[in-house]
Amino acid sequence: MPSQLLSRRDLEFLLYEWLDVERLTSRDRYADHDRSTFDAVLELSEQIATDHFAPHNKLSDAREPTFDGERVRQIPEIKKAMEVFSGAGLLGAGLDAEHGGMQLPYAVGSAGFAWFQAANVATSAYPMLTLGNVNLLMAHGSPEQIDKFARPMVEGRFMGTMCLSEPQAGSSLTDITTRAEPQDDGTHRLTGTKMWISAGDHELSENIVHLVLAKIPGGPPGVKGISLFIVPKYLVTEDGALGERNDVVLAGLNHKMGYRGTTNTLLNFGEGVHTPGGRPGAVGYLVGEPHRGLAYMFTMMNEARIGVGAGATALGYTGYLKSLEYARRRPQGRPVAGKDPATPQVPIIEHADVRRMLLAQKSYVEGAMGLVLLCASLADDAATAPTEEERARAGLLLDTLTPIVKSWPSQWCLEANSLAIQVHGGYGYTRDYDVEQHYRDNRLNPIHEGTHGVQAMDLLGRKVVAGGGAGLAALTERIGETVERAGKAGGELAGHGAALQAAVTRITEVTAALWAPMDVEAALANASVYLEAVGHTVIAWIWLEQALIAAAAPPDAFYSGKLQAARYFFRWELPRTGPQLDLLASADRTTLDMRADWF
Amino acid sequence: MNIVVLVKQVPDTESPRKLKSDDSTLDRAAADGVINELDEYAIEEALKIKEAHGGEVTVLTMGPAKATDSIRKALAMGADKAVHLVDDGLAGSDALQTSYAIQQALGRTGFDIVILGSESTDARTGVLAAMLSERLGVPQITLANKVEIDGSAIKAQRVTDYGYDRVEATLPAVVSVVEKINEPRYPSFKGIMAAKKKPVETLGLGDAGIDAAQVGLANAATEVVDFADAPARAQGQIVTDEGDGGAKIAEFLASKKFV
Repeated sequence: MPSQLLSRRDLEFLLYEWLDVERLTSRDRYADHDRSTFDAVLELSEQIATDHFAPHNKLSDAREPTFDGERVRQIPEIKKAMEVFSGAGLLGAGLDAEHGGMQLPYAVGSAGFAWFQAANVATSAYPMLTLGNVNLLMAHGSPEQIDKFARPMVEGRFMGTMCLSEPQAGSSLTDITTRAEPQDDGTHRLTGTKMWISAGDHELSENIVHLVLAKIPGGPPGVKGISLFIVPKYLVTEDGALGERNDVVLAGLNHKMGYRGTTNTLLNFGEGVHTPGGRPGAVGYLVGEPHRGLAYMFTMMNEARIGVGAGATALGYTGYLKSLEYARRRPQGRPVAGKDPATPQVPIIEHADVRRMLLAQKSYVEGAMGLVLLCASLADDAATAPTEEERARAGLLLDTLTPIVKSWPSQWCLEANSLAIQVHGGYGYTRDYDVEQHYRDNRLNPIHEGTHGVQAMDLLGRKVVAGGGAGLAALTERIGETVERAGKAGGELAGHGAALQAAVTRITEVTAALWAPMDVEAALANASVYLEAVGHTVIAWIWLEQALIAAAAPPDAFYSGKLQAARYFFRWELPRTGPQLDLLASADRTTLDMRADWF
Repeated sequence: MNIVVLVKQVPDTESPRKLKSDDSTLDRAAADGVINELDEYAIEEALKIKEAHGGEVTVLTMGPAKATDSIRKALAMGADKAVHLVDDGLAGSDALQTSYAIQQALGRTGFDIVILGSESTDARTGVLAAMLSERLGVPQITLANKVEIDGSAIKAQRVTDYGYDRVEATLPAVVSVVEKINEPRYPSFKGIMAAKKKPVETLGLGDAGIDAAQVGLANAATEVVDFADAPARAQGQIVTDEGDGGAKIAEFLASKKFV
């Protein structure tokens, strides 16, 4: 039976037939690779995800981590999964060879990692956070910091976290209060509290490397005064051995709706529970220069947001495949045109409304996977395309798409999970089946790594207006190229292309109209409607790209399915953007004018 | 130590498998090819012996060109080199002929130990280790779930219906393993990259000194005279528990001789 985590066939379609990742092997960075190494990574990822991540997905949800005041306890399967993952060398797959990596293209790495996210999104959070931490240190850490903290993470001995939010400052980082006092020996001592820190404490690794945003007293106010520090759970001696326990302690675990296998913590820094060097205060090491912490953190933001979108997509994908299998096996009812009770019941996939729910899921998850892998591929191009112009063009398009690749899958692959539950009927609402957990797990994704609302303001307030509108132009030009090819293909695809072009033209007009009055408050009031309209238009573009390839291929069930899903998206989904763009064009002030005391 | 591990590519047990109607041989094109599962345990044991005693692990595969995928995976797991016996003249060979062809190939590689899975998931004859040891004139240690090597002595536990036998022999020897012997490692990403550069020697009939008249479907000692699809699973029996459910279960198990 084919996997119910992801579709290998679809990943191959997207990577090889559409994005043509094999072209990357002509670039120096990827010269050691070829199709066989890409395939081997995908196969290895599927195998380990299937053998060591999927089997404890339900168990780690049912038996969430506990804290007895001293230690965090988790089911042992998580540690075993991490050992296998690290042992296979997958964490460092994309890193530079000089840092122990294998220089795997990010697009292929993202497809491989999606297997782990589909199998067990909570356990996969540990390596994902660790990799984000490693990437940041590789980019901005000193050689000594890389040796001492990043390398052991690549080897799987240490794990990492990102400590941004505080109890009083979540999305609003300008209001963080964690202090970092400079010391005579060049280190800093940190005091403060960090909230929502995933993987903030556990016993899965020898050490935990926290990357912490804090303010050095006397620095500039607001986000311009934020610096970045390495705060390890255990100090590391010159020879790399574990030293004293640092003054960072777990205050408590958060008990979540989903993602339960990932510890999510409140951490206290510098409370004096431990006294490294004989006195309280968490020892921290400044990364890069003072007051540039947020900028460093944001250099990794594109990848982090692609990663969240990929996780949302993977959860949507596995829910889709499970509901598809259920619909094929579950007999219930008879065709509306022949209700003779003497005839056997038909599998529910024979009912048009069930196929509607499956088609919707297919169009969301395969569209989202296309967007995720396109963005990952753009990250590869932004780093390694042959000319400066190509790199800049890819980077600009990626910047524009980043809020969409984070938000669209988080919204619509969650909806896919809701439909997967619906296809299962009452069984889908029980814990006997997997889909209710996928829904709960996926519900995090519109919240973390920049909420839906934050992404909306990023898209409308920054990305589409960047460079005097160059951000939006980068997107509309690329879409225009696809529309042109669709026009040449003729027939139904030309029709899709015309519909897409109409939506794009309207978006350009509406964007200009929103910003014409130069009223930031009014322009951004309905930003999430804008994000959703542009998001649906972008996914329509992704579907037109997929349809162009499917239409040119020898017909079979796979390609017919692609064409039908594209048809569904253009007939059922893209038209949703009409009323959204009408609302935006009307400069509607309903939310803006509503007052707190009217509720 | 010169360790040779025999690796067979078989159709994935997860995909539908069938025989070809024209010559009753396995339709290898109809399903994805994977390493025979028990051979993965053989590869792991070969790597463990090498890690403990030094030497080199050679993968020996007889099979069509597409078996290269399985060879690469074995090399990615850590084997040092491979010999691929591939020739149209070998197609349709039965166990007796396969043991002859492999004997000839082993003549080129030499060996201190030959390790293989105790059977393959496609043909399931389970006789290759015995045939090979007879042809090579060396001891056979079959169905091993534990192997220890001490100098030129090899000690093993052979699984039996009643527990296990302790078996000892002197190297060189042929060893077949069962799944309880170890937990096969996954290839590492570094291993995957390294495997691309490891030597794979391709041998045809002439290279290996194999007499074409002794191999292939036309010369096989055994013949598939007939085959049929497995019958579809019948509807299960539904028993309503009217207070006597336990007794009915016991009755059912007894009728099937489970208790």
